[in-house]
Amino acid sequence: MDTRKPAQDFTLRIRRYDPDSGEAPYWDEHTVTLEPHRSVLEGLLQAKAKYDGSIGVRCSCRAAICGSCGVRINDKPGLACHTHLEEALKRSKDGKITVEPMGNMPVIKDLIVDMDAVHWKKINRVTPWLIGKTPVPEREYVVDRVSMVDVTQTMACIQCGACVSDCLSMEVDPGFIGPAALAKAYRFVGDPRDAEQQQRLKDLAEDPNGIYNCTHCFKCVEACPKGVAPMNQIMRLRRRAGSDHHIDDRNNGHRHEAAFVTLVKQGGLLHEAELLPRSYGGDSWFGKFAPKAGAELVSSLPVITKAVLRRKVNPKLALVPHKIPKQDVKAVREIFDTIGSREERYELNLYVVGDDKDLEQPVAGAVEDRSTT
Amino acid sequence: MKVAYWPGCVSRGFTPELHGSMAQVAPKLGIELVELDRACCTGAGVIAEHNQELADTLNARTFALAQQELAKGADLMMNICSTCQGAQSESQERLDANKVYRDHVNETLAKENLTYQQGIANKNFLWMLVEDYGLDKLKEKVVKPLTGLKVGPFYGCYIVRPADRLGIDDENPRDSYLSLVIEALGGTVIDYAGSHKCCGFPIITMKKEASLTMAARNLGDAQDADADCIVTPCPLCHLNLDLQQPIAAKLTPKPLNMPVLHLPQLVGLALGLSPKEIGLNKHVVKPTAVVDWSTSVIAGVGAEGGGW
Ligand code: SF4
Ligand code: SF4
Ligand code: SF4
Ligand code: SF4
Ligand code: FES
Repeated sequence: MDTRKPAQDFTLRIRRYDPDSGEAPYWDEHTVTLEPHRSVLEGLLQAKAKYDGSIGVRCSCRAAICGSCGVRINDKPGLACHTHLEEALKRSKDGKITVEPMGNMPVIKDLIVDMDAVHWKKINRVTPWLIGKTPVPEREYVVDRVSMVDVTQTMACIQCGACVSDCLSMEVDPGFIGPAALAKAYRFVGDPRDAEQQQRLKDLAEDPNGIYNCTHCFKCVEACPKGVAPMNQIMRLRRRAGSDHHIDDRNNGHRHEAAFVTLVKQGGLLHEAELLPRSYGGDSWFGKFAPKAGAELVSSLPVITKAVLRRKVNPKLALVPHKIPKQDVKAVREIFDTIGSREERYELNLYVVGDDKDLEQPVAGAVEDRSTT
Repeated sequence: MKVAYWPGCVSRGFTPELHGSMAQVAPKLGIELVELDRACCTGAGVIAEHNQELADTLNARTFALAQQELAKGADLMMNICSTCQGAQSESQERLDANKVYRDHVNETLAKENLTYQQGIANKNFLWMLVEDYGLDKLKEKVVKPLTGLKVGPFYGCYIVRPADRLGIDDENPRDSYLSLVIEALGGTVIDYAGSHKCCGFPIITMKKEASLTMAARNLGDAQDADADCIVTPCPLCHLNLDLQQPIAAKLTPKPLNMPVLHLPQLVGLALGLSPKEIGLNKHVVKPTAVVDWSTSVIAGVGAEGGGW
């Protein structure tokens, strides 16, 4: 029995813009007739064929592999070829499916954006190829299974630019290298065959627009149609740069992280008043007296004064940290010491191991081992 | 109703009015807060960035402490910080997904005789209000509906993304709960472009200008949409949006003057608490419009008002 639903009408509201025309963007509406399981891309192509051949839309594989049909559908990024009309309609606010070009990239025409100007430029920035170790082995480089599956996550990227389109950090700071390029960087940093891991990390930590420019907003994780989770890869790059290679970066990222960890270890809770100066100065009691910390303090003085006057910040609280009970601080410190003193760092990559549901019997070694040095 | 309560560090430190207002609001709602005062910071994603297992173990310890309270009759674990929710949910996802990993983490906790059992219900105050307390019951408690008050919801990233980890779906549209609560309290919801964007706080020490530009744009969007105030379930968002607002304002051409309320403060207002009782006097940006509104309504119901 054929369970497919019959064709029905779908109204597409398409954002039209031709920068060469000198005219402002406008909304264009067309109603197409298709089965609900057909894609938004098919809807767009029908509109183009039937009503207006000038609609600018890019596609190639129509099967979620080439990455060329990235758009925003009802305010969410996605592949037009991989979004069912029925699904899109469900998410629409007023019964019409809104289709717009991706953000953070200049529009060439209608739904087509200039990927060269932003996305590919940034991808090229991270040396997107493997730099093999020497001497080259006689037969092949041998890579352990977990490492390979781990980088497969970033290899799944189809370069659609959806993550770039939605990156909130890039929205205010177009210089930021961004999610797709950094995920690509991890593809090589995470590959045991690459010879330049340390150099790659140093480069991305010292670039003021590098790994510490990500605001941790999860937008790219949600945007990505392929489960690449670019932000997770950025956090791994930071973990490797900071915890493994102790690379001091340009943007206080490593100092900030170290200070945070130290302060929670000391008191169980975060002592915010210490965190700020230490993030600029250094991770010690003296850190807050470093010139950089002082300069930051002076620039923040008007705000701090206001906060103190309004009793938002209590000077006593600012100087004396709030702590949890003594025996609990002790227990927390022991956890820090136990885990910190391990030779190996354990990381659970859900992409690699799946979850209980997928495993008849939990597999020993499902937890990934990482050498700390 | 009884909850194992995790207030977080910032609600006790830099935004004491958050912890304070929650303490005032809970008895009015008939909620007993059992504070998890032995638990430590969630790590805010930063400790996970340093060492994932360390962050997960610290959070597993908090969950185990909460589970002791659950065994004694608490209904669920609750926090009042989006960032805590995000960091805790992330740890929980990993701990719940894989027994080998969970056992490994529990081994470290064994020294304190603590064990985390898979599957704790841990919810932000916002989620709890809608899902466990119930909007109808909340409406019944409102003595001073927020009639005429135009409130812009600001969620912060960690409580809306990623949707699958945070249990957001058609049945639980947690990414629109703030609007539901504002409506239940009688207020007017203001839709604006920045409601689900990032406040910029995580990069305040790394890229101050980018961070505060984010804050300024969100505040400006709410202002353009004619909001009287913004409400947020996250104290860290509050720091960037309120405490830093005077500096953020320098990064946009238009003057900014947008009060930013913590969620329990907004609830408190509708429950009849005075602006001072819920700490509105502690904000850097004076919530003048809110207090004027409140005072005029208080005059209407004859309660004690003003004086902040
Ligand atoms: S993505 Fe690849 S497969 Fe798909 S259409 Fe484009 S080129 Fe063809
Ligand atoms: S998490 Fe980082 S990289 Fe991803 S969208 Fe947000 S700011 Fe951009
Ligand atoms: S990471 Fe995901 S969203 Fe970003 S370009 Fe690759 S596939 Fe597209
Ligand atoms: S808000 Fe941040 S600092 Fe406070 S408890 Fe949560 S994680 Fe720790
Ligand atoms: S057309 Fe190739 S991904 Fe959509």
